[in-house]
Amino acid sequence: MNISFNLNGKATSADVAPDTPLLWVLRDTLGMTGTKFGCGKALCGACTVHLNGNAVRSCQTPIGSVAGQKVTTIEGLPATHAIKKAWIALDVPQCGYCQPGQMMQAAALVAQNKKPSDADIDAWMSGNICRCGTYPRIRAAIKDAARMA
Amino acid sequence: MENIQMTARRDFLKASAAVGGGLTLGMYLPLGAKVAEAQAKTNSPNAWVKIGTDNSITIMCARSEMGQDVYTSMPMLVAEELEVDINKIKVEFAPPAEVYINSLLGGQLTGGSTAVRDAWEKLRKAGASARIMLVAAAAKEWGVDAGQCKAANATITGPGGKKTTYGAVAEAAAKMEVPKDVPLKPAKEFKVVGNKAQKRLDTPMKVAGTATFGIDVRVPNMLYAAVAMPPMIGGKVQSFDDTRAKNMPGVKAVVQYSRGVAVVAESYWQAKKAKDLLQITWDEGPNANNDMGKVWSGLKDASNQPGAVFREAGDADGAISKASKVYEATYELPHLSHSPMEPQNTVADVRADGATIITPTQFQQLVPFVVAGATGLKPEQITVITTFLGGGFGRRVEVDYTIDAAEISKAVGAPVKMVWSREDDMTHDSYRPGGYYKVQMGVDGGGKLVGYRYHGTSPSISSRLFPSIVKDGIDPFSVEAIDNFPYAVPNHKLTYQMHDTGITPGYWRGVSHNLNAYVVEGFIDEVAHALGKDPIQFRIDNLEYGEEKHKWSGLSAGVSVGGRLKKVLETVRDKSNWAQKLPEGRGKGVAVMEGYNTCLACVAEVSVTKNYDVIIDKVTYAVDAGQLIHPDQAKAQIESCTIFGQSACMYGEITVKNGGVEQTNFDGYRVVRMNEAPKAIDIHWLESNNTPGGLGEPATALVQAAIGNAIFAATGIRVRKMPFTPENIKGSIKA
Repeated sequence: MNISFNLNGKATSADVAPDTPLLWVLRDTLGMTGTKFGCGKALCGACTVHLNGNAVRSCQTPIGSVAGQKVTTIEGLPATHAIKKAWIALDVPQCGYCQPGQMMQAAALVAQNKKPSDADIDAWMSGNICRCGTYPRIRAAIKDAARMA
Repeated sequence: MENIQMTARRDFLKASAAVGGGLTLGMYLPLGAKVAEAQAKTNSPNAWVKIGTDNSITIMCARSEMGQDVYTSMPMLVAEELEVDINKIKVEFAPPAEVYINSLLGGQLTGGSTAVRDAWEKLRKAGASARIMLVAAAAKEWGVDAGQCKAANATITGPGGKKTTYGAVAEAAAKMEVPKDVPLKPAKEFKVVGNKAQKRLDTPMKVAGTATFGIDVRVPNMLYAAVAMPPMIGGKVQSFDDTRAKNMPGVKAVVQYSRGVAVVAESYWQAKKAKDLLQITWDEGPNANNDMGKVWSGLKDASNQPGAVFREAGDADGAISKASKVYEATYELPHLSHSPMEPQNTVADVRADGATIITPTQFQQLVPFVVAGATGLKPEQITVITTFLGGGFGRRVEVDYTIDAAEISKAVGAPVKMVWSREDDMTHDSYRPGGYYKVQMGVDGGGKLVGYRYHGTSPSISSRLFPSIVKDGIDPFSVEAIDNFPYAVPNHKLTYQMHDTGITPGYWRGVSHNLNAYVVEGFIDEVAHALGKDPIQFRIDNLEYGEEKHKWSGLSAGVSVGGRLKKVLETVRDKSNWAQKLPEGRGKGVAVMEGYNTCLACVAEVSVTKNYDVIIDKVTYAVDAGQLIHPDQAKAQIESCTIFGQSACMYGEITVKNGGVEQTNFDGYRVVRMNEAPKAIDIHWLESNNTPGGLGEPATALVQAAIGNAIFAATGIRVRKMPFTPENIKGSIKA
């Protein structure tokens, strides 16, 4: 089944079964591997993308539900975005694997909260696991990005 | 029937045992010739540097980048002496070759917090040697003395305004004599090493989403494999019905391989959906009835064996029997999973004439050998390409998943990307072994420590992976952080008893430091409190300040480090505001350790709620790690270790039932999340230009002991069983 949607500002279509998770359409069908597979159960947040501006877990988002909508992945988050600039300034990533998901989750936070408190960050970011333990730098980078945004 | 993995491993070990000895694993392999041939096409003064005619500089990174920053810190060492701008170079992961062997481990292997320590002189010399050859080539061309020429920023200048680039003379330089005597800059002239403002070279691509991890690799005509593996450790496929799976959309093949059944399809999701429809009957194997009751009774029974003595002085048992006070305790430590964020995966392309294996591995040198064993090819026919690793933590020292992918590719005759699910990864890990520990301390009438007994019982990892380093019943990777027991007790006897729990043991960030540091530092804390002493002062007063050498933990400093430990304890006492009184329910705990030639002291500050939930308020460190190469990332490693250790001691526990691991994903195996991470991690470095110590691991072990001691300070409850869950804390309240 051919499903059309907007990916990072461009009209895109994929000929896949409608129950295929958006994650695997991005990675395998479209070759956009910035979005990562971590747990397959919405427990870790590595696969986070934006659906119409909201952070969602692409491993739990069937492509059929995305038809006609707007998807943004890490590749579509501009290099000039405050989150990307803050992540670079603080050298947040270690292994880096979870970071696209962390950044997409964080970008959705700073879009709506210009001065996130520690409690706001805890509540918003605790669905995203980082095994390298970059949390202190993620927290600092979110605060910096919110100031820039 | 033995599976192919075991056979390949055994053969590999047999081949290497002849060379090996002590901690040198002896994996010197005949790959040098092939690499030299490949590199002759480029202009390379040596194996660490490639110079393009456009003056582009590439520095080879021979360790796997799994977060610990080798991608930047190791090229920094080369660049310091090569005189190139570190921010303008390219970095390439090195293929397996003899020249890239880690001399501290004897293999091309990333682990043991050895990358920078092994590279410290070697890579600076490689950079210097290349620079000398480039300058010599320019001098020869100009007909001047090399001493009249100067190299800076990939450019050589000579007398009379002569000027050329590295790129222009690289071809000639590659033919120059390799200098024998290579002087190195003194520390005060460092421009790259120790630069606090240096950024990671891999951050931009990791932020852009373009860094290629193993799971991101795509090759032409590639198929995808999802796998079904036995749910019980040591199980095998007995029979399977693939009628439904075979008929699913996109499915190309269903193949049985050594340890499971793979569905190969046009996309991963198609393969995964079909895999879920396989009907498999398992041969449950020897561990089918294993459960935690058996695991713990097995460890406790084994602990009644005398074990092997790895360090002894005087008459410990006699001194304890005559002591005026004797303290004793037992400790229980669980098995743990690595759970890196990137599940295991490999792209394998096995052809009749050779194979290409693209994989996130910590041990690229072993891959050609095990893949040869699995495919019938020769090791020299196998090309291995290392990608970025989405976490490693020791899991990717294992090469099991490269064997699986190679077998599947061979069976279908096409390149295959095998991707494990999180469930596959968590239930087919090699686990940080659990352990059961008995300790005793005898104290005389004057409060002096007179006798110490330490008896650890745990599975031996090296007996499975590198049996040649296990001697007289002692696995060096079971006695770290205890073989170098830092306290002066005239009579001591330290013993280790191996015991297989039926749960595959593996090297896990910090390895046995995690087991022993908690017992050593938890117990010394108990003794300090029992004697009414301040835990920091008590440690300082009882440190061993002699030159006592330890025999087994070869990745440690090797000599008494009492003076260094005293310094970090004094520093952390000052920086953590140790004397400050805390309100009810809050407490500070200290721990100190030497590991990987780094000396660290840690103070954890915790709050414990009425329901025995523990909140880590702050962690303060004093660290003597010698010369720091990349200071900001040295800091990042301590931060990383802290949170990794916190996950272990607060939540980590792998359990088995019916022979299989019960935890399958991050709901069952809890790890620290943003809201649980310490609110502050405060790190103080002792200034030093000494040889660097390792930083990727040691704090992982230390923070766990400090947290345990802080819980005691906050509650008066001594928790001798990890993890520090409300249940285990409550269960530790003295009746």
